[in-house]
Amino acid sequence: MNKFLKIIKNTLLIEILEGMLLTLKYFFKKKVTINYPFEKGPLSPRFRGEHALRRYESGEERCIACKLCEAVCPAQAIIIEAEPRDDGSRRTTRYEIDMTKCIYCGFCQESCPVDAIVEGPNFEFATETREELIYDKKKLLDNGDRWEMEISKNLESDSKYL
Amino acid sequence: MLFEIFYIILKIVLIILPLMIFIAYLTYFERRVIGAIQLRKGPNVVGPFGLFQPLADGLKLLTKETVVPTNSNKLIFLFSPILTFTLALVAWAVIPIDYDIVLSNINVGILYVFAISSLGVYGIIMAGWSSNSRYAFLGALRSAAQMISYEVSIGLIIINILLTVGSLNLTEIVLAQKNLWFFIPHFPVFLIFFISTLAETNRAPFDLPEAEAELVAGYNVEYSSLAFGLFFLGEYGNMILMSSLTTILFLGGWYPPFDYDFLYFIPGFFWFFLKVCIILFLFLWIRATLPRYRYDQLMRLGWKVFLPISLLWIVITSSYLYFFEKF
Repeated sequence: MNKFLKIIKNTLLIEILEGMLLTLKYFFKKKVTINYPFEKGPLSPRFRGEHALRRYESGEERCIACKLCEAVCPAQAIIIEAEPRDDGSRRTTRYEIDMTKCIYCGFCQESCPVDAIVEGPNFEFATETREELIYDKKKLLDNGDRWEMEISKNLESDSKYL
Repeated sequence: MLFEIFYIILKIVLIILPLMIFIAYLTYFERRVIGAIQLRKGPNVVGPFGLFQPLADGLKLLTKETVVPTNSNKLIFLFSPILTFTLALVAWAVIPIDYDIVLSNINVGILYVFAISSLGVYGIIMAGWSSNSRYAFLGALRSAAQMISYEVSIGLIIINILLTVGSLNLTEIVLAQKNLWFFIPHFPVFLIFFISTLAETNRAPFDLPEAEAELVAGYNVEYSSLAFGLFFLGEYGNMILMSSLTTILFLGGWYPPFDYDFLYFIPGFFWFFLKVCIILFLFLWIRATLPRYRYDQLMRLGWKVFLPISLLWIVITSSYLYFFEKF
């Protein structure tokens, strides 16, 4: 009897019709596509995007060349060289991140004692050559200046969870 | 004489040109429908609502390089897409879009369509063989076996219609459906016919010849540029051809759904177009819904389910006609 019912069900294509009705329902549902370059999805304040070196409000760079980020970087993408500056403070002379090596783990940001190196919210930094992706100090500081508003906002909103 | 030739060429162009546009927009339509079912939008950037997308795709295909594999049989390799495409178009000669809008109203129209669609296998098998590639060859073999298997039941189902109408002329088949479309009395075989056309045109859930996951792309792996484009157009052309055949055989061709006078104000080819579009939507809807059949299931369905049922239906139809209609 069960087998008979199954045959009836199969010949009348009942399950296929149920599936078709389901997909038809989806046909009329609201679409989830966002119109990407014009519309963007929400990003978490913890989003780990393009790196930036920040400055204090006085315009002095934060980085004190402690090289913790260089040490912690699992991909060894960071190279730092440092010398004492004329005023006696310790600053970097060279700070490079190879973005093609970087795995965007965020350890550099976590290890930084002065919140100098951070991963900002920008993820649209594709380039046409590989060389452009090896960021030097100037590029990183420029990034910091450009994204400071977003970065400080994100750091602040995330600070209570640290 | 010259004028007559010119007139025929004009008629051919008048059929082919809208058909090509229809094929192009069928690809667009497919992407939109499948996108909508998957909660996406589909192409909507090129032109208003993405309507220029087919043109952009076509231009892209044209500008690509035609790669001919070194080990291929070059003549056959280049000939088979042309054959496939030509066969997809040639069958349109006898399809009546409206009463008297048909290129050649021959008396064995249905036989002609059937013969042409059977020839379609050759294009595919030649493509698969001449590519000299494993995937292409496997795809072509699958495709050939599948098309031949399902053509058997399609042929038997067509016999039912021929018995009921008493003519092989496609126009007369439509005329006989003025009061009752054949999908009502012949409902079971209408379903089988529709499913068989899915298999015949290698569409999901019977798209085994293409089976991306197993065979990369089936018989057309080695093709690129315009050659690939011709296969693509041929496939979609066959879809439209099979939909119009379903419309003519079962859905009353150019007749409006109800026999009211005011519905006849809308020209017949519009009704025909509408019905074809509905069936094509069904094609796409099914593609977005059902998973692919396994090959042995496909063969079992064709030979052990469809064939006996369509044979049985011939017996039923002919007995009915013999005892009640006194042929």
